[in-house]
Amino acid sequence: MNFSDAFSVAFSLVWSLDSDLVEIVSLSMWITFCAVSIAALIGIPAGAALAVFKFPGRGLCIVIINAFMGLPPVVVGLTLYILFSSAGSLGVLNLLYTPKAMIIAQCLLVTPILIALTRDAIAGLLGEFSESLQALHASRLAIIATLLWEGRFALVMAMMVGLGRALAEVGAVMIVGGNINHVTRVMTTAIALETSRGALELALGLGFVLVSLTLVINGLVYLLGHPNHRHNHG
Amino acid sequence: MADPNIFPFPNQTTAHIEKPIEAQNIAVVRQGKRLLDGATLSIQSNGVTAIMGQNGAGKSLLLRVLAGILPADEGIIRGIPTNLGAVGFVFQHPVLLRRTVNGNLRHALSLTNLTRSERAQRLTDLLIQARLTDLANSPARRLSGGEQQRLAIARALAFAPKLLFLDEPTAHLDPYATAMIEEQIVELVANGTKVILATHDAAQAKRLANDVVFVHQGKVVETGDVNVFFDRAQSHAAQAYLAGTLFLDPK
Amino acid sequence: MYLFALVCALTCHEATAKDFIVLQSTTSTKNSGLYDHLIPLAEATLDVEIRVVAVGTGQALRNAQNCDADVLIVHAKQAEEAFVAAGFGIKRHDLMYNDFVLIGPNGDPASVMETQNLSAAFGSIAKKSAKFASRGDDSGTHKKERALWAASVHDPLPESGTWYLETGSGMGATLNIAVELGAYTLSDRATWLTFQNKRNHRIVYQNDPLLFNQYGVIAVSPDHCPKTKTKAADRFITWLLGSDGQSAIAAHTLDGQALFTPNAQP
Repeated sequence: MNFSDAFSVAFSLVWSLDSDLVEIVSLSMWITFCAVSIAALIGIPAGAALAVFKFPGRGLCIVIINAFMGLPPVVVGLTLYILFSSAGSLGVLNLLYTPKAMIIAQCLLVTPILIALTRDAIAGLLGEFSESLQALHASRLAIIATLLWEGRFALVMAMMVGLGRALAEVGAVMIVGGNINHVTRVMTTAIALETSRGALELALGLGFVLVSLTLVINGLVYLLGHPNHRHNHG
Repeated sequence: MADPNIFPFPNQTTAHIEKPIEAQNIAVVRQGKRLLDGATLSIQSNGVTAIMGQNGAGKSLLLRVLAGILPADEGIIRGIPTNLGAVGFVFQHPVLLRRTVNGNLRHALSLTNLTRSERAQRLTDLLIQARLTDLANSPARRLSGGEQQRLAIARALAFAPKLLFLDEPTAHLDPYATAMIEEQIVELVANGTKVILATHDAAQAKRLANDVVFVHQGKVVETGDVNVFFDRAQSHAAQAYLAGTLFLDPK
Repeated sequence: MYLFALVCALTCHEATAKDFIVLQSTTSTKNSGLYDHLIPLAEATLDVEIRVVAVGTGQALRNAQNCDADVLIVHAKQAEEAFVAAGFGIKRHDLMYNDFVLIGPNGDPASVMETQNLSAAFGSIAKKSAKFASRGDDSGTHKKERALWAASVHDPLPESGTWYLETGSGMGATLNIAVELGAYTLSDRATWLTFQNKRNHRIVYQNDPLLFNQYGVIAVSPDHCPKTKTKAADRFITWLLGSDGQSAIAAHTLDGQALFTPNAQP
């Protein structure tokens, strides 16, 4: 077994647009995209609010959110499994072994990251801007909106971190998704399967495809942000 | 150079603030130290008032307390208008958003209650007033120090405040930039804004102010008409300051 | 103080370390609890440490091929024979067999319990499009399942993702999915007996000769893997095939049922 075999497997799969590969990659992208979007809708405002509003217990909140950035995926998967199982309290929703459950799992993993990184970015900007924004009679909501736009590059980076974590995750989606072919099989669970089959070149090849995908996405985001990036640091 | 008649801000019907500003026994205490102590003063309701004193005397602190940015630990203040946008504050170092000049002004205008067309009109007026029309689409952070400060002042004027506080706006600027900002200040005073200006530049106070509040070691030591202050300062501290021989007593 | 403890721990480990061999086997075998019962007995008699690595059948074969094993025990006869033929293993011996059972949901939607043979059972499932959870991972269980579909002259693959669900997972996970979604599935008896989430699922077909599951044991070849511990491996395999090992296998029961039947050739 060697890396060049894995590399050529990866290349030929991609070049031939192997239909299984396309299906798996599409599902991975779709699930991760949904998860990160929802996580951003929840996490970014929450992180900004955590930075701007002072309330008792805020410090504890921050500690908990930071700790949850490292939530073990398999624990999240297990918890959701217990909830979504037909014997569980949310069993009536019939979510187990569907892509929806996988989206929820990844969302739970990514949201703390977005809250924590947003809070961090906004808190930094607050130090710089709070006095002048208050002098302009900005309400706290207006301050949040202004700083979110001001710190948008950092927020996009935070979303890329979340995206990376979601795409790379296997424990939670395996448990709540079941790795069912054509239904809930994504890149990471496919790699796990091929490994257990002993098809190590194929598994590693899929791994190369996954890493390349993440590289391409990050590259695109950087390029899109780059023109603005230069203004910011002029 | 400046024509005050170009910029009547539509919502500004009465000139200046309504009554003089009275402050009694203002004190600011931090960790046992009385940074401002028993400050009592009266500021007339029109023109420019200069808050003067050495660095560290408490000018900025007094300014912030009067503007309502910093709450005083003791004392009463009367005469500061309370409706939204009636008071503006310009800091020594401008903190501008990472946008163009237009972007910064539009952002400030978005915080007001003006209608869309009113905002568009005021944007043009502000640009003209700050002499920044040609730089309207430049990134704000790429402007020179003087240009940035002119923008900061224009931004503060978005609300057409009746009372504008300026904290040593030209302390770090060259004479040309300083002159442009002083011109800007003169114009907005002519348009009915009361200005309270902290400065350690005595010549600037003489150029711009009608009356002076002199602060020394956290206390208001002398107040009065600007010419009286410069010709016949009463207190030791003020005299020494004007003579250039004032040094802080080691405590 | 801590340094002393650390050094002691390291050297003590050195002092008591004995010879060990690596046994690559499958997850279903491990989940049956056989090794928990068997390995301590073997280690005591042979004075060798036996480390069990339990992975998918395909991975076990691959690991052994990569010389990450000294002994291989799987239940995929064709793959085992190919393994030996390729020179990776010395010789394949029959070790034991267990059997597969067809598990189905309460209510038996495909009326499997009324069918007369396996072919008809699988055919009925296909005709009624009743949900079926397949291992889908080239494991021994999966290979047996594929063979049974072939015998029933129905190919479920085109409908993968609809009623035929390839989980690509281990037996436990596949059983969970089957129970959760009300599907049929093929399982080895041992895993089913020890499975704790049965709910209303039950055995709907069993004891057919076609459902027998033959295990083989192979020693990794020193010609292919020079570092392999052939002597210790050989002693272990001899023990397994001898009366001691065989009776130990037969003695492993669950709820009074023997899970494996030893059938080494004398």
